This record gives sequence, structure tokens and C-alpha cells, in this order.
Amino acid sequence: MSTVIKGGLVIDQTGERNGDVVVEDGRVVAVGPDLSGDEVLDASGCVVAPGFVDIHAHLRQPGAEEAETIETGSWAAVRGGYSAVVAMPNTNPPIDCAAVVQEVLALGRLAPCDVYTSGAITVGRKGEQLAPMAEMAALGVRLFTDDGRGVQEAGLMRRAMEYAAGLGVVLAQHCEVDSLAAGGHMHEGEWSSRLGIPGVPAEAEELMVMRDIALSRFTGAPIHFQHLSTRGSIAMVRAAREAGLEVTAEAATHHFTLTDEACASYDPVFKVNPPLRPADDRDAVREGLADGAVDAIATDHAPHSPDTKEMPFDQAPPGMLGLETALALALTELNLPLAEVVGLLTWQPAAIAGLKGVHGAPIAPDGPANLCVFDPNETWTVDPDALASRSRNTPYAGRQVRGRVRHTIVGGRPVLVDQEMRP
Amino acid sequence: MKHLLSINDLGAEGIDEVCRLADHFTEVSQRPIPKVPALRGKTVAMLFYEDSTRTRLSFEVAARRLSADVMGFSVSASSVNKGESVRDTVATVSAMGPDAIVVRHRSAGVPQQTAAWTDASVINAGDGWHEHPTQALLDCYTIRDRLGSVAGRRIVIVGDIKHSRVARSCVMAFTVLGAKVTLVAPPTLLPPEVGSWPVDISFSLDAVLSDCDVVYGLRVQKERQSEALLPSLREYTAQWGLTAARAARLHPDALVMHPGPVNRGVEIAPEVLDQPNATLNEQVRHGVAVRMAVLYLLLAADPDLRPEGAGT
Ligand SMILES: [Zn+2]
Repeated sequence: MSTVIKGGLVIDQTGERNGDVVVEDGRVVAVGPDLSGDEVLDASGCVVAPGFVDIHAHLRQPGAEEAETIETGSWAAVRGGYSAVVAMPNTNPPIDCAAVVQEVLALGRLAPCDVYTSGAITVGRKGEQLAPMAEMAALGVRLFTDDGRGVQEAGLMRRAMEYAAGLGVVLAQHCEVDSLAAGGHMHEGEWSSRLGIPGVPAEAEELMVMRDIALSRFTGAPIHFQHLSTRGSIAMVRAAREAGLEVTAEAATHHFTLTDEACASYDPVFKVNPPLRPADDRDAVREGLADGAVDAIATDHAPHSPDTKEMPFDQAPPGMLGLETALALALTELNLPLAEVVGLLTWQPAAIAGLKGVHGAPIAPDGPANLCVFDPNETWTVDPDALASRSRNTPYAGRQVRGRVRHTIVGGRPVLVDQEMRP
Repeated sequence: MKHLLSINDLGAEGIDEVCRLADHFTEVSQRPIPKVPALRGKTVAMLFYEDSTRTRLSFEVAARRLSADVMGFSVSASSVNKGESVRDTVATVSAMGPDAIVVRHRSAGVPQQTAAWTDASVINAGDGWHEHPTQALLDCYTIRDRLGSVAGRRIVIVGDIKHSRVARSCVMAFTVLGAKVTLVAPPTLLPPEVGSWPVDISFSLDAVLSDCDVVYGLRVQKERQSEALLPSLREYTAQWGLTAARAARLHPDALVMHPGPVNRGVEIAPEVLDQPNATLNEQVRHGVAVRMAVLYLLLAADPDLRPEGAGT
């Protein structure tokens, strides 16, 4: 059984061209004009791109299935045009050993998109002792992070980087110096001052970025920075790359869309870590995505059950949904050429997570059939109740956005067709 | 006006109106039977998640003097623990049909959240480091009572500004009424980006003492030592305490104010508290009249019920 995607503009790492795409048995079999297949997916007015790759998703399983499961999170991903997601390890128990990696990967095999997992850098994400990275790497884990926390100790981080480099895997850092961030619930600045909410200064992030760049220079190991949110962080990453260091970075959709002013509502849906920053930092994130200092758009998709919205701001857990709105926000908020947006969502994150060749690959005969078809001009309004995620904590409720995913194909199988999920 | 969540909800005109109403209710409070039927049939719920006998009593007395019924909710210590659903509690309280809910919570923003979850009027009785509007109102009333007006007064607020909801409300109220406010504290006890506030800043109390109409002291807590915000309370008192020697340098008519409770000998020396220009007891007394005014303003929709001489 073959599927033909008809009438779209094909965009991949090799460039742009008009053409139909035929997929069969999990591979692309033909790209060109006037092709046919058993099932026809209409792509007129649409972009046909590699399926998106999210290298930062909290799928909450095991441990917080009331907020999200690997299954529901994967459906949210598919709705957002993703063919691959990398799960974060701050689950309960944390993903810090082979047994939990196997559990997550087993659940992932039942999911509608490809589910990869990161592994913790330290046992229990406690920042005290190295986690068994080699046994996790043997199961295919390519990205290691204590996400939710940064590795506080410079000495431990140095050893982790050296050890990881020997395994050919990459460490990803959630940059936050605890002693500066402790007790904070939003960006420390004019708004936190006015609202009386304890703040987290930009320097809590920047100090760790600075330290890890130094450690990368020292050890020669690569480092990936997660969800960078400040002008200072992005400037340091830009400089480090110019100096030839193996440094990569991602930015989360909310950090190029929202600012700390949103917290004036005291609605915990705007609480996130790193926090929403002032407009100048938001603009710096946009500039970083435009000039290549930042490699990838990540979602930091962080589902929370509804009752967390009913807590006081300073008691609510941080995090917001992202998978189903990422493309639309990138197209609405970033003034970038389509091909650059596609790169930020596909081959660039795929390269960081070691998924090149499977995801983000060129759309050509014998290439993998992981594809996303989206209409870059369709406008729609975000409705929390219409999301596939088990949770509802989107900060974009009621927001009008542009750009909508129409079809998603994973391993040759159309799992989203005309915005309908196909189990 | 439906809610009083922030001094911003009132503005200069609103503060003036509260003060005019408070004049009337001060007179009421001096009657042999200090009670008016203005809010008969209305119910005021007290939702205090944080212990504050003074503020709670003040609101209760105010409500009763207006003939309103008072419902008290004791929020158990356990539900104030992490993970409480404020919304559930608000739903329970709202189900009893109060006309106003007076909310006190250790987290900033809870009164604002509460307002979104109830049909009742919500009065902020103090939320975290954010605001304590009725405290600022009674302070404005006290200054107006003693000095004639707040406008043009030079007011020094000294102490732990960073962690103070009273400071945030007072700065807004005093400045919107036209006072010149100077905040005095070590930099560690000032809020971030305080340069964006409409105030002057000084790190030295001595530098501003002789030139002000009001010194407003704020509570400084012991915990600030362990947070590395202060070396010691002794050092705080030596540098920023209103000692007898410093009080002697004040203009004779300058007021010494404090929202209470005072750490005697830390922020203000005991003998300074006994001087006639210290207004602490008046502040407490005015609290009742001012809270009557606020309840009246929010709940007495019928203009025919307005007391004579109570403004528009
Ligand atoms: Zn993180």
C-alpha cells in the first residue's frame, strides 16, 4: 500500500522544489511531478517537510500518568507535526538506568511517533554520582541530561563530560545555578518586583552556561544547552561557536513568544523554568534562532494536571504544553524564511540528538518516510480543550496563530490525516 | 469597584473617598452604640490562610459595626501545605453565599486568583510580598489625620522593603497622593529593579532623618540573617534602627509609624514608641474605620444607604 502526497512544496536540507511524494514500506520511493499512489493526501498550498524532531519533551511516564502518558504525549506530538520526540528523564522513577530506559522505549514502540529517551547524567538526577551512561548508551540513548535541574558541581560536570565523550554521546544541560535561583518562581526583574513574586535572575542561567563552555574547552567534549532564555546566554554560545567549540543550543517556543509580563495575571500557566524573561531577552532568542547561534526549536512540553492551575503561583509546578503549538508559534512569531523554520524543527535538532538519517533526512527516494505536511498560511485559534495532550496547561488559550499541521507520516504510516488522528 | 486587590484599584480619588468615609465611621465608632445598619443582611467571609489576629479582628469589628454577618473559616495548617487547591476552598466558601471574602495568604496573587473564582467581592488582607491595601489606607488616613494631608509630605520607609507587602501598597498609596517617598534599607533588603519604583533610595537612615515628615519602620525578621541578607540584627539596629538618638534628630512634628507587630529594640527603640509622635495605636484604631469604609464602598450598592457627609 502506497501513499502519495500531492501538490506540495517540498522543503528539506537540500532545498525547495514543487513535487508529489510517494511513500511505501516506510521509505520514500519517488519525488516528482504527477505521481500516484493507493492513498492520496492533499498537500496543495502546503509544505512537505521532514517530520519534526523535539529534543525536549516531558512525557511524564513513568510516574505522572495523570498529566501525560507516552501515548497521549505522542499523539500531541503527531498533531504538532513531530515524527520524533526525545523524552526527558525527570520521571518517577527517573530515567537513570537501563531498566527505566527499556520501559520507556517499550512504551514508545506502541506510540504513533518515534519515541527516544534521554538519560540522566547523575543517579536520581541528584547531581552526586554519575549514572550508568554506558549501559543506557548501549540501548541507544544519545542525549544525557538532569533536566529540571542543572548539574551543580563543576568537578562532577567535568567528569561527566569526559566520560560521555568517550561513549560518543552528548550532555545537555538545564542551566540553572541553584544557589542563585533558590526560592524563585519567575524572572527577577521589574515585574517580579512589582508582583511580589520571588525571582530567578538571568545570571542563574548565564553562570552555568559560562562554566560549561569553559568545561567544553577544557575537556574537548561537546555540550548542548537546553532552553536558553537570556541575551547573555545566547551571546556566550555565539562566541563559543565562533571560537570553534562543539557547543549547540535550543530555544523553547515560549521563550521567543511570551514575556515575564504575562505573570501579572498570577495564573500559574505562565510559570515555567527557565522563566519567561523581559522583551529584550525574548528578542535575543529570536535573533539567536535567526543567525544560527541557536540550532533548534524545542518545546519543553511539560504537561501538568488541571488542579495545578488552581494553586498559588509560588506553589504551582513550572511547565507548559508545547508540542501542538510549536510550528504555529515559529511561523507566527519568528520572521524567518520557511526553510529556516523547517531546519530549526527538523534536521538541526535531529543532528543534536543523533537521529540524522532517520529523522530530518532529505526527502528523496530510499529516504525514511518520516514527514510532515503543513499549511503555512492557515490561521487558527488555540483551544485547550481541543488538544490531544492529557493536560490543558497551554499558555496560548484563545491566541490566534498562523501555520497548521495537516498530515503527519511516521515510518511511512499516515498517523495524522487532515488533522485527524488515525490510531 | 467590585474588589480591592491592590491600591491601584482605588487611585488617588478612591483613597480620598475611603478617607472621607472613614471620617464618618470614626464618628460612628465614638457613639455609645458604635453600630450602623448600613450592611444589614450582608455577609462577610474571613478566609485567612495565614495567622493574623490583628488584621482579622479589625475586619471583623468593622463588619459587625456595619451590621454585616461575619463568617470565619479556619483554614487548617495542613491545607496551607504545598499543593493545596485554593480554588476548592474558594468554591466551598462561595457556596455559603458571602457578599465579600476577605483573603489573607502567604502567596502573592491569591486574592487576584480568588476574585476569578467567586461572585463575591474580594478584599486583599495581605498576600505574600505583594500588597496589603487596607494597611496602606489606614496609614494614609493616619497621616492625613495628624498632618492634614499626605500630599507634599516627605515619607521615609525604612526596613525590609523587599519582603514587605506593606511597603508595596504604601509606596503606591503615598506617591499617588503626591508624597515624596524615600526607601531606606541595605541593598539586600530592597526589591529587584527598585529603580523602576517612583521613589528615592538611600542606604543611610542618618542621611535622610532630619529632613522628613514621617518615618515608617518595617518589621525585620531574624530569618534574614540565615539568608545572608543581613550579618546580624544587631548590625541592622546599629545602622538602620530608629534608636532614641536618631529619633532625637527628627523634626518635632515628624511621625513615627509602623504596621506592627514591632520587634521592640530592633526596628524602633522602646522609648521612641512611647513618644507622642509615635502613631502605632492610632494606626490600629483607624484600621477599623478604614475597613468599615472599604466594606461600605464595596458592598453598599444602594446610594440611599450612604451616610450623610460621606462624600459622593
Ligand atoms: Zn529544563
